[in-house]
Amino acid sequence: MAQLYQTQRAMRNMRQAAMQRGVIAILDVGTSKIACLVLRFDADLRPVADGVGSMAGQSAFRVIGAATTRSRGVRFGEVAAMAETERAIRTAVQAAQKMAGVRVDHVIATLSGARPRSYGLAGEVEVEAGQVTGADIGRVLAACEMPDYGDGREVLHAQPVNFTLDHRSGLADPRGQIGQTLATDMHVLSVDATSIENLLFCIKRCDLELAGLASSAYVSGISSLVEDEQELGAACIDMGGGSTGISIFIRKHMIYADSVRMGGEHVTGDIAMGLQVPNATAERIKTFYGGVHATGMDDREMIEIGGDSGDWEKDRRTVSRAELIGIMRPRVEEILEEVRARLDAANFECLPSQQIVLTGGGSQIPGLDGLASRILGQQVRLGRPLRVQGLPQAATGPAFAGAVGLTLFAAHPQDEWWDFEIPAEGYSNRSLRRAFRWFKENW
Amino acid sequence: MRSLIPRLSFGRQPDFGVPRDPAPSRWRYRLQRLMLTPAFRLALRIGLPMVISASVTAAWLSVDGNRQAVLDGIEHAKRTIQQRPEFMVTTLEIDGAEPALDSAIRGYLPQELPVSSWDLDLVELRAGIRELTAVEDVVLRVRPGGTLAVHVTPRTPVAVWRNVDGLRLVDGSGVMTGMIRGRSDRADLPLIAGDGAREHIDEALALFAAAEPISARVRGLVRMGERRWDMVLDGGLRILLPTEQPVAALDRVLALNQAEEVLSRDIVAVDMRNGHRPTVRMSEPALVRVRRAQDETN
Repeated sequence: MAQLYQTQRAMRNMRQAAMQRGVIAILDVGTSKIACLVLRFDADLRPVADGVGSMAGQSAFRVIGAATTRSRGVRFGEVAAMAETERAIRTAVQAAQKMAGVRVDHVIATLSGARPRSYGLAGEVEVEAGQVTGADIGRVLAACEMPDYGDGREVLHAQPVNFTLDHRSGLADPRGQIGQTLATDMHVLSVDATSIENLLFCIKRCDLELAGLASSAYVSGISSLVEDEQELGAACIDMGGGSTGISIFIRKHMIYADSVRMGGEHVTGDIAMGLQVPNATAERIKTFYGGVHATGMDDREMIEIGGDSGDWEKDRRTVSRAELIGIMRPRVEEILEEVRARLDAANFECLPSQQIVLTGGGSQIPGLDGLASRILGQQVRLGRPLRVQGLPQAATGPAFAGAVGLTLFAAHPQDEWWDFEIPAEGYSNRSLRRAFRWFKENW
Repeated sequence: MRSLIPRLSFGRQPDFGVPRDPAPSRWRYRLQRLMLTPAFRLALRIGLPMVISASVTAAWLSVDGNRQAVLDGIEHAKRTIQQRPEFMVTTLEIDGAEPALDSAIRGYLPQELPVSSWDLDLVELRAGIRELTAVEDVVLRVRPGGTLAVHVTPRTPVAVWRNVDGLRLVDGSGVMTGMIRGRSDRADLPLIAGDGAREHIDEALALFAAAEPISARVRGLVRMGERRWDMVLDGGLRILLPTEQPVAALDRVLALNQAEEVLSRDIVAVDMRNGHRPTVRMSEPALVRVRRAQDETN
């Protein structure tokens, strides 16, 4: 627990130190594209307008540079070829810096793969002074029993999502309240350490310093779910290029995250294999003509798929759109089925509200919401990321849910509970304090 | 058709089929980041031009000839402006000085005209002219039109001082203003003599003023022992005046003269040094005659 506390605290300090500098970069390392946003923090938390607050820190920053580039060397949201990835990051960072006109030294990065795994932790302590203080919160966080999440894994997020004080559950901030027993539920997300290290090394090779790391599923949820969905319970499905992230939110906290190692690139691969075309052509066909619902009209709409073989017959091939949909649909269904399985494993159906929000570049397939509602449940909508100040129009699509979510994460991270000191372990300290208390009570 | 002989090709080989990688090289990326560093940009924008211009200037100036050329150019430009007709002094105008003093003053003023007024040091000229004993004060001014106007206030001699080496003119403050050859050159001025006479010229002038009734007979004043005056009248008659209040003593002598015509008698000196006991010293023949008359009466 002490190690978790230290790493969380270190990450928090790192991010705050970087934000003190004023300019910070957001790096979304995805399988199909790498997006880089440059944020300028003004530390100006004044209300934006009459009746509008600081909007959870969103008014404090502004996007001053944005760039995106085709991703290289990333597979399933994990770095597969270091040099390629490094070059892609360099491209994105350079373009964003050029647009911003400032040099960026610190980046907050997100990664979508790395096999996230969620754990629910519970801790319980006796309240010392009758009234809950910051020290009690630190102790209850320390009292959580760490699960054995295995070697070679790191905790990426650890957030207390709920506090219970003497059978009164659902407390967001128990400080100052009077009670006997303080219990907490903590959500811990662990990922593969090697993926993090690889990404870290790539970023370091670009002369940048990592100021924070977040799970893509989590940050997509922050940006795509609206406030009441986050409050009442919703799942965000971030359909990326190489992996599909799932995050479940309730009471504004993520309680579960997972990722399915399938995404848009697999659909493209299926098309390329099915139609015998290069990947680039398959991608083009998918984005122009893709869909998941075939109608009678689609049988008549013929798509020239072309080819560079020099063979006239091969280069003049056409397929109907229905055929294309016939290739795409099973793969999309497979992804959604897998997501369904993960949601079932997380007992999503027990939540009071079962809103499902589809976001990410893959969610732009026409007709996906209809297919998803058939597989995932009735309450499905397509989500776009929140608008933040200064974001270019080109970066407002659902493909940028991760990047935009990361800006929100930078402005309003939900890890402020780690500011409380965790009591140093050891008997001597406690006995000394007990002696002191005895002394105070008897004199 | 492609050449069958492989050629050396410089630069990048076009690799067909592979999408172009827009990634910047490591060094290009670093250069761009460096150029975005504010301090570096400032140094490049301001520091570098300054260093270059300073070093070029220093290198150019390190050659003696160049430095001399710059100085010559500056000097030439200065001369060109200073030598403009507006600044030239063409005439001298001296007023308030008699011919002798005038020529003496001209000796101090620039000899060659025209001369630029920038080259005239009026303060120094004035100091030089003021060194002339005959000049009490002088005002120098360059008038528009190129005239150097010298307004001289000469010292006016009020007495002639007889010294061992001749006759000198003395003004009211005891400063010698010039020499004369003979007493008759300035017969209008009273004569003074003796050591310390110049320092007490105002006293002497007061005495001369008091001696107005007998001015025709007065020859001059002699300072005796640097403390008191003797008034010398014609025929060697002396009026010995006291140190204190000599004018009052002279007035008494004049009153005595008016009443009893003392000074017309045959006497050598009237001694007023002791105010309580004025004494008359008679001449030798008069004394003989008085003795004889006394003998006859007896």
